[in-house]
Amino acid sequence: MAEHDRVAAQTVEELLESTLESVDQAEEIVLRLATAMGFDEDDLHRIGIAVRECMVNAVVHGNRYHSRKKVHLSVSRTPERLEIVIGDEGGSFDLSKLPDPLAEENLLRQSGRGLLMMKAFMDEFQVRPRQPQGTEVRMVKKLATAG
Amino acid sequence: MSVKLTTRQVGDVTVVDAVGRITLGDGASTFRDTVRDLAAGGKKKLLLNLAEVSYIDSSGIGEMVSGFTTVTNQGGQVKLLNLTKRVKDLLQITKLYTVFEVFEDEAAAVRSYS
Repeated sequence: MAEHDRVAAQTVEELLESTLESVDQAEEIVLRLATAMGFDEDDLHRIGIAVRECMVNAVVHGNRYHSRKKVHLSVSRTPERLEIVIGDEGGSFDLSKLPDPLAEENLLRQSGRGLLMMKAFMDEFQVRPRQPQGTEVRMVKKLATAG
Repeated sequence: MSVKLTTRQVGDVTVVDAVGRITLGDGASTFRDTVRDLAAGGKKKLLLNLAEVSYIDSSGIGEMVSGFTTVTNQGGQVKLLNLTKRVKDLLQITKLYTVFEVFEDEAAAVRSYS
C-alpha cells in the first residue's frame, strides 16, 4: 500500500529563518509530502517553483532578511489535496496595485513574475493579511484522480 | 546544483551552454555575470543553449530578460536554443515567447543572426 493511502491527513508546521537557506528547506518539506501523496514529476516541479517563489517573497520582500522575523510554513495534506500556507512578518501589500507582468510595457521588467508563476502552477491561490502583522499566501494543489 | 556555463564560438555567434538551475542566488548571478562579460567583451551575438537547464525561477527569468535588454541595447542579439518543456511552459506563462527568438536546431539558429 502506498504511503499516500496509509496516511489520510497530515499537517506539518515550521518556523523558518528569513534566509535563502529557508527557501530550500521549505521546498524540501513540501516536496517530501507531495511526493508521498503521489504527485507526478511535472506537478512536483510546479509545486516546487510555487513554494520557492512564495518563500523568496516572504524572506526578501516581506521580512527583508530581518533576523528577528520568521517565515511561517504550514503544509497540510489530505489524500486529494495539498495545502500550503506561507506567512511573513513584514508589511502587507495590495495585490491589485502590482504591475501586470503580462502587459506589453512590463514584459522586459526584470522582476515581478513570481506571483504570476504561483498562480499558474497551483490550483488555488490567495493572498491575505496575516495577524498580527505580515502577509500570508495560501496555495492548493489538487491531486489528479486516476481515471 | 547551481548553473554551469561554458561558451564556444560558432562563426561569429557565441553559444552559451548552460547546465543546472538558474535560480535566485548563485545560478542567476553567474548567468548575469557571464552575459554581461560577454557583452562587454564585444560578443554581441549570443545563443543560450538551455537544453540542460532543469529549473529556472522568476529571478533566473529576470536575468535572462536583463541580459536580453543589455545586449539588445548595445546593438546585439540574444536568442534561445533547445528549451526543455518546462522552460518552454515558463516562457509561455510569462509571455516571453513573444520577446525571445527560440530555436530547436543550432545550425538554423546560427544562420539566423544578421
